[in-house]
Amino acid sequence: MSIREDHSRFRDIIKGRIKENFKRYITHGEMIGKRDNEFVKIPIPHIDIPRFKYGPKQQGGIGQGQGNPGDPLDGGEQQPGAGQAGDNPGEHLLEVEVSFEELAEILGEQLELPRIQPKGNKAVDSTQIKYTGLAPVGPESLRHFKASYKEALKRSISSGTYDINNPIVVPIRKDLRYRAYRTIVKPQANAVVIYMMDVSGSMGDEQKEIVRLESFWINAWLKHHYKGLHTRFIIHDAAAREVDEQTFFRTSESGGTLISSAYNLCKKIIDEEYPLEDWNIYPFHFSDGDNWSSEDTQYCVKLLKEDLLRKANIFCYGQVESKYGSGQFMKDLELAFPERDKLVMSRIENRNRIPDSIKEFLGKGK
Amino acid sequence: MANLTPELEKARLQIKKMAEDYGLDFFETIFELITYDQMNQFAAYGGFPVRYPHWRFGMEYESLSKGYEYGLSKIYEMVINTDPCYAYLMEGNMLVDQKLVMAHVFGHCDFFKNNFWFSKTNRKMMDAMANHATRIRRYMDRYGVEPVENFIDRCLSIENLIDRYSVYAQKPAVAPPAELSDDESPSRPTGLLRAERSYMDKYINPPDFVREQQEAERKKAEARDSTFPARPERDVLNFLIQYGPLKPWQQDVLGIIRDEAYYFAPQGMTKIMNEGWASYWHSTMMTQQILNDSEVVDYADHHSGTVAMTPSRFNPYKVGIELFRNIEERWNKGQFGKEWNECDNFDERKHWDKKLGLGRQKIFEVRRDYNDVTFIDTFLTEDFCVQNKLFVYKFNRKTQRYEVDTRDFPLIKKQLLFQLTNWGQPIIDVVDGNYENRGELLLRHMHEGVDMQPDYMEETLKNVQALWSRPVNLLTIMDGEEKLYAFNGTDFKEFTLKTLHRGEKNETR
Repeated sequence: MSIREDHSRFRDIIKGRIKENFKRYITHGEMIGKRDNEFVKIPIPHIDIPRFKYGPKQQGGIGQGQGNPGDPLDGGEQQPGAGQAGDNPGEHLLEVEVSFEELAEILGEQLELPRIQPKGNKAVDSTQIKYTGLAPVGPESLRHFKASYKEALKRSISSGTYDINNPIVVPIRKDLRYRAYRTIVKPQANAVVIYMMDVSGSMGDEQKEIVRLESFWINAWLKHHYKGLHTRFIIHDAAAREVDEQTFFRTSESGGTLISSAYNLCKKIIDEEYPLEDWNIYPFHFSDGDNWSSEDTQYCVKLLKEDLLRKANIFCYGQVESKYGSGQFMKDLELAFPERDKLVMSRIENRNRIPDSIKEFLGKGK
Repeated sequence: MANLTPELEKARLQIKKMAEDYGLDFFETIFELITYDQMNQFAAYGGFPVRYPHWRFGMEYESLSKGYEYGLSKIYEMVINTDPCYAYLMEGNMLVDQKLVMAHVFGHCDFFKNNFWFSKTNRKMMDAMANHATRIRRYMDRYGVEPVENFIDRCLSIENLIDRYSVYAQKPAVAPPAELSDDESPSRPTGLLRAERSYMDKYINPPDFVREQQEAERKKAEARDSTFPARPERDVLNFLIQYGPLKPWQQDVLGIIRDEAYYFAPQGMTKIMNEGWASYWHSTMMTQQILNDSEVVDYADHHSGTVAMTPSRFNPYKVGIELFRNIEERWNKGQFGKEWNECDNFDERKHWDKKLGLGRQKIFEVRRDYNDVTFIDTFLTEDFCVQNKLFVYKFNRKTQRYEVDTRDFPLIKKQLLFQLTNWGQPIIDVVDGNYENRGELLLRHMHEGVDMQPDYMEETLKNVQALWSRPVNLLTIMDGEEKLYAFNGTDFKEFTLKTLHRGEKNETR
């Protein structure tokens, strides 16, 4: 269909692949939409072909409705410069500016990352449709009678038109609910990322922010290659435990640091849940490089050598510089693994180093 | 072609019969049932199934698709002004919606066929559009996609510079020459003073003075003969096609853009009337005959959505339908003519009903003879503005927001008419195709109180220059000063004009 050609040509212009001189004509409008219970901002890029047209200066328009001279128009044309956030305090807008796919592609292009070659079976995705929820719009054939009725009932009760002796409920369009589906991809090639982070006292907020940013991008890239990506989070000080994502980035503990505790837990998770033949495994460890004792460091090296490095596609160690950390752990690792094939190390001094660090981690294409 | 379900086909026949009984007169109308994606595609193409390749259709498509997918907007109806008329229904809409759309469409088709402003449109535009597409694709194959597309972009930039009234003027191919003046005995110049008595003439108009006047007149005539075009030309596109140094394929492409612009022009000129007329008929037919009990709520919901008012957006459906109803009521009750206009007794006016019953007849007449400008000019009354709560809004620089400006009737009407004249776009014509005797192009903006947007103007002027090759100039007013903008292919210059005489440029930048 030729509209597809026109559309992809338009996308190419928007992305700046062709006709670079058009960049200045591109405007980014947006629509506010609602999905489930969240408001989403839907970007509508637009290219304005220049024409002779009236400027806004002396122009006005015709409107209809209440109001006295001097009253502002609400919900109308957007005012230049003024903030346009919703006026309900509870509303928050989710940007769907770029899809995750696109994000990963941009990342890949920018950092010139090679595509990952998954090990194991060929990556064949099987898709399946699953009805997971309700939406306020949809085709009539998917109308959910019960949910629509409930909405109508709710409305008529709250608006006081419901009569218990004559319980007739007439639905209006707003009440209608439709079954909504989601496409579920069952990937053949699976991957798990295990993030480990040192949360001992020496890791400050800035360090954690760096880890957060970096892991976000790593996730984006890996998700791009593995449709069913699992992520696991481990935090450790002197002891390690598995946590959810929120806790991972928020927790701050004090106390000593035993890195081996995290490596042990990582090993346990892999052994119990991720058989090697089915899974691509990516452990990432972030720390400021302080370990409690050199014995523990030796133990870590042993764990890496004998176990983790064999199982993982690559093992990445990112050392975030902090005021209090000595950075000794990295030096020890460098000594212990003079030939590093699967072990990738990166020093992240500050935020600006994040892109380089990602490149170091993922640049091998494993 | 037509692929209606038996249920819809039944409804179609019923509604068609009904429309004919009401006196609507339309070309054969073919309904097709299409998916939402097809609907978005056709809508992106301006209603047509095939257009020439261009990214802006893709842009339109994206915005329609996103709007639909997030449940923000939905196109219910689309109809093309051709013979036969094609109209599209969207699969999966409720039956009551489909009925409403059909009734609405018959209103549009009747309007297309009978309104005077559509009398010159090409009713075989479906074929013409397809031909245009083929030709442009062929040029792309031969000269490359980029050059052709870039050229189209330029043409679209001046797509609005047509003279939309020109198609209705029955101009002869060659205009008869201006009166031939006899050099030997110059006719009496017009600049002479009036002499009541003939014997006083030689004192009032002494020979020197007569000669002076003759000389002045001759010069004027010379200047007139040497201008090109002889009269300012509003159809800038045509001027460029005729006289611009374009390659044959470029001429053809520009011609295609122009043809399509003229095709869509009457729809722009009658938006309020056309939508008002169609809405008038769908509401009349639906409420009088078609609806059954179970459909009333959905119909009312949908209809009120269509004619909803928002403070900052002028809704042509709403104003159109209300004006038609207003006219019908006034002519039914005889609220027109000298007697009515001169009556200033409020009570009498309120209960004025001569029971003439001329309303239906009158609105059919109106739909035949008027366009939006004349429609508003003739039938928008103060009472109507008050009833419909119309107001003028303006941007307030102090508060950085749009505010209600006034509810004063003459100002509302003035603003509305201004917005409708030339689609609310600046009027620009070619004044001189040989400006400064250097083959430069001189365009003039007929300033009507609103300045043009400077950045857009600059970019557009550059596009005109690319088509004309020689430098182009534009006369306009900015911030109260007369300005001449010039682009010679490399530099964009701005001159402030103290006087409008040729050759006098006072550079300010």
